[in-house]
Amino acid sequence: MAVTTRTGDAGTPTPTPPRQAGDGRGTGRAGDVGVNVFSHVVLLGWTVMVVVPFAWALLASVKTSPEIFGSPWSLPETFQWSNFARAWDKGVGQYLLNSVIVVTGGVVLTMLFGSMAAYVLARYRFPGNRVIFYLFAAGMMFPVFLAIVPLFFVVRNLGMLSTYQGLILVYTAYSLPFTVFFMHAFFRTLPTSIAEAAFLDGCSHTGVFFRVMLPMARPGLLSIGIFNVLGQFNQFVLPSFLSPEKPVLAQGIATLLASQRYEGDWGALFAALTIAMVPVVVVYLLFYRQVQAGLTSGTLK
Amino acid sequence: MRHGQYRFIAGFLAVPLVLYAVFVISPFIQAFYYSMTNWTGVSPQFDFVGLQNFQNLLHDSLFLRAVRNNVVLLVAMPLLVILLALFYAFLLNVAGRGSGAGVRGVRGSGFYKLVFFLPQVLSVPVIAVIWAVILDPTPTGLANSVLRGIGFGSLGWLADPNLALYCVLWVLVWGSVGFYLVLFNAAMSSIPRDLFEAALIDGAGRVATFFRVTMPLLWDTIQTSWVYLAVLALDVYALVAVMTAGPGGPANSTQVISLQIAQNGFQFGRAGYASAMGVVLFFFTLLIAAIMLRATRRERIEY
Repeated sequence: MAVTTRTGDAGTPTPTPPRQAGDGRGTGRAGDVGVNVFSHVVLLGWTVMVVVPFAWALLASVKTSPEIFGSPWSLPETFQWSNFARAWDKGVGQYLLNSVIVVTGGVVLTMLFGSMAAYVLARYRFPGNRVIFYLFAAGMMFPVFLAIVPLFFVVRNLGMLSTYQGLILVYTAYSLPFTVFFMHAFFRTLPTSIAEAAFLDGCSHTGVFFRVMLPMARPGLLSIGIFNVLGQFNQFVLPSFLSPEKPVLAQGIATLLASQRYEGDWGALFAALTIAMVPVVVVYLLFYRQVQAGLTSGTLK
Repeated sequence: MRHGQYRFIAGFLAVPLVLYAVFVISPFIQAFYYSMTNWTGVSPQFDFVGLQNFQNLLHDSLFLRAVRNNVVLLVAMPLLVILLALFYAFLLNVAGRGSGAGVRGVRGSGFYKLVFFLPQVLSVPVIAVIWAVILDPTPTGLANSVLRGIGFGSLGWLADPNLALYCVLWVLVWGSVGFYLVLFNAAMSSIPRDLFEAALIDGAGRVATFFRVTMPLLWDTIQTSWVYLAVLALDVYALVAVMTAGPGGPANSTQVISLQIAQNGFQFGRAGYASAMGVVLFFFTLLIAAIMLRATRRERIEY
């Protein structure tokens, strides 16, 4: 591709002045088309690499085990919808319920406490403000595995192993760093004049936060909210140590894979995978702008 | 007013800080303390053993194996992900039809971004299960059937001790490229158009523009990405735990530090020893971040 472009350039002795978009660029029409075809071929290549595994898994969820391995590329003879019923009976229904309860609680608490802390840190000056902010921000960098063994005993001593409240509180605590960091930046960009007007009208600090600032921060809350829903729904490391007896869906999938290695019911395994994938993909397709913005903004300082 | 303000601040910070202190900060600090004890995790009694655990780590061949595998991932994963993501971002942005000045993008770039990013939103066990089945070592496995289709023999994939770690590496790269593509793409779109126009007036072609204008302006983002990817490679757990035999097999060829921490801390009753591994992991992370930020430091370009 580099060659194509260079040849094109060499064939154009005088640089063309910039023109409106839509024009060629002085490389010549043929070079343009060549570059275009090349990039589409390469990009489509990776698209296939991404899509095929997922599509194949979806297809496998309605096939029998012999079909999955015997004729991996063909459609099933009859659609095996019973795979889903068997997956449900193998505990997927319960795992899904556990996930939904924990994620609901976790995200509500994360958003509430995360934006409260971020707001105070972003809009009020008091001694220790910077220290607390950096304490939260530092949590984004540390490896969870440094803490996992002591964390297990903290949760056990509180009597919260394999409980909803235990997972909800731990999820919240581990989601705070990024949420605080993100909302901190967001609250800083909001104008002060409206809050000042509310103060003059006799609104309390708490009132200003809930009635003025939170509604104004809605776009930020949406981004970080979706980020937290996906992040907590996909959480695997924390529950696999802290909630062995009340598995969430991600753990359940891993357990099912392990048990299919001798049970051999691969159709049910892929049905379970489909149940785990579809809600996430739907959320992603509905909100993909916010998801991409939310996920990448953390890395872009 | 002033008094009321402090009460408000304290009231808003109290719960988040307590949660954070109990579940995040205190376990991190405890890990440093336990790393110098012989605590089993079962009995309430334990002794202070100083740096004994760390000395033992130096002679623990399994742990050293895990460190070596982590280093392989640490070097290869960020490099491959960043190169691929930059290459695709380049194709998306620079090769666009009539991309007069820089970042107009190839047709359908929104679609590509949507698809490439997809693995990022799914949980690691889901991805691990799919790839574990695709990389089935039997001749009828999906990957092997593709290989046969293009005229090659079957491979052992995850069952082959020489290949298993590279399978893990591949799935890591496969899952991360889309995220960094979107990240680089966002950074590219924030570069002012006049810079590209200026380059164009000076007679720079697409490739020259990319390497002389876009890349230097992206340097900050690339550097941050490198640190994040390195941390990801050090912290890898779920993929190995779900996808590999054992986990960590075959023949310990996919052992990683996090797996060693989990096994020592929760199965072998060596909580103190596992904490010492956690401390090593921590300093590893710190070291990597420091080295990367230092080695790749360049003059910052403001625009």
